Amino acid sequence: MTDIVALIARAQNAYVRCIDNGQIEAWPDFFEDNCLYKITTADNHSRGLEAGVIFANSKGMLRDRIASLREANIYERHAYRHFLGQPWIVSEQTDEVRCETSFFVVRIMRDGTTDVYATGQYLDAYTMGERDLKLHERIVVCDSSRFDTLLALPL
Amino acid sequence: MLDQVARTAIEAGFPAWPTDGVTRVPYWVFQDRAIYAAEQKRIFQGPSWNFLCLAVEVKNTGDFITTFIGDTPVIVARDSDGELYAFENRCAHRGALIALEERGNTKAFTCVYHAWSYDRQGNLKEVAFKDGIKGKGGMSPSFCMEHHNPRKLRLAEAFGLVFGSFSNDVPPLEEHLGEEIHSRIGRVLGGRTPAVLGRYTQSLPNNWKLYVENVKDSYHASILHLFFTTFELNRLSQTGGIIVDPTGGHHVSFSAVNATAEQDNEYAEQNIRSDSEFSLADPSLLQSFKEFPDNVTLQILSVFPTFVLQQIQNAIAVRQIVPRGVNRTDLHWTLLGFAEDTPEQRLTRLKQANLVGPAGYISMEDGCVGGFVQRGIAGADGEKAVIEMGGASTDSSESRVTEASVRGFWKAYRNQMSL
Repeated sequence: MTDIVALIARAQNAYVRCIDNGQIEAWPDFFEDNCLYKITTADNHSRGLEAGVIFANSKGMLRDRIASLREANIYERHAYRHFLGQPWIVSEQTDEVRCETSFFVVRIMRDGTTDVYATGQYLDAYTMGERDLKLHERIVVCDSSRFDTLLALPL
Repeated sequence: MLDQVARTAIEAGFPAWPTDGVTRVPYWVFQDRAIYAAEQKRIFQGPSWNFLCLAVEVKNTGDFITTFIGDTPVIVARDSDGELYAFENRCAHRGALIALEERGNTKAFTCVYHAWSYDRQGNLKEVAFKDGIKGKGGMSPSFCMEHHNPRKLRLAEAFGLVFGSFSNDVPPLEEHLGEEIHSRIGRVLGGRTPAVLGRYTQSLPNNWKLYVENVKDSYHASILHLFFTTFELNRLSQTGGIIVDPTGGHHVSFSAVNATAEQDNEYAEQNIRSDSEFSLADPSLLQSFKEFPDNVTLQILSVFPTFVLQQIQNAIAVRQIVPRGVNRTDLHWTLLGFAEDTPEQRLTRLKQANLVGPAGYISMEDGCVGGFVQRGIAGADGEKAVIEMGGASTDSSESRVTEASVRGFWKAYRNQMSL
């Protein structure tokens, strides 16, 4: 059990490090080709409402998200700093682990303004490969239904 | 010579509107606290119809939602007679909120402060310890509960959209909207049952009118939003136009695909995609299904002062703009599908929801640009915006390279504000 927690924690750390260091081109590679990534609110999630702020059901859609952020969308430069809780293992099978991890994200704007941007939890399904583990599903459930101005970088 | 409108404004303590009518908008309207306060009285509590919710959100007896008209908190509830009622979310006793939740189901509303209780029509029904205890204390015998209710609203529906008004003077909703606007709401929502797919709130760092201007501004679309352009998804065969109602306050901006040119275009699109520097790795995002008998792929519709109905391909949503102070605005998004959707159609809507909202491929910038203006005009309350694209008129037009519907908003605004 400890090994699994350590493996997941390591994967989670690599994921947020990638985003926080601005290497978002590598972000889709944390996912399987056939995946689900969704950012939604606790209210939508608890009511069973399907639509999210971001919804992607393929790695291609994640790549498109990054390509659009880099090439098309216009927004003020900013960065995140993610703080993660310990993963809570919900279920463990040979090839899949489901877990929940709290996150706390601070957003640093171009002018230095630093605010709590989002808190919530990752509801994850990791596929356990021989060499590494990939996200088969990540539902980002934000505690608040309120988003300040924009959500550009992924959570 | 000052005209009568300008004179009235000066008497009310506001600076005069610049000459040149609605082609110039003074920046103080986005900055002035007195203007904000006057808007509450003259617009939101004045002769306007304000979007409150969808009828399906309060479908069953006892269902309620809480929302806002301008600053004013409001409750909408369905009573056992099947009718909807709306009233201020303000206890008649000491002014506390009557309902704290955003939605729910209830038999009655009881203020937590002193347990004054209201029925689902907003009538005061119980006052705790009204007759005192053991003959001591209590309300005066002359106290009449019927005379102490939160203010009640007029309600009206258009194709399942519920609007409320504090005014007895505003014409009936359908007349207020006019046939052109009303029928284009029906085009999107008529004859089927909306289903809420999701909700979120986007907080905007700007005055509410800057977001309204952005919604009505068909000039910026291809300039600010580069998603379609970058990925070579613009359709050469697009036609379109804008409709501005006679008051100026409501508008529709639309674009359509020419059906015969479309076949050629699809062929060309294949080539463009393979040649283009950028292409979507997963183009299923934009694989729409045929939803309407016409070929309109985009229809943005606004109702004065703060309602937007959006159709962008198969992404349908309503947006409610709620002012939260001179510099802050809440934008409440409700993403819609329909009970009649197939699972495939539902999936398409979920994918195309990526186009809108705070993370929207084509509306991400809209959330930011109002803040750019609010920050840009700081210290420039004596200066003014130039709104002259397409001339000075507020007329409907076949071109979308015009600011006619922005001017239309200011025409309606000035009229209602006596500015």
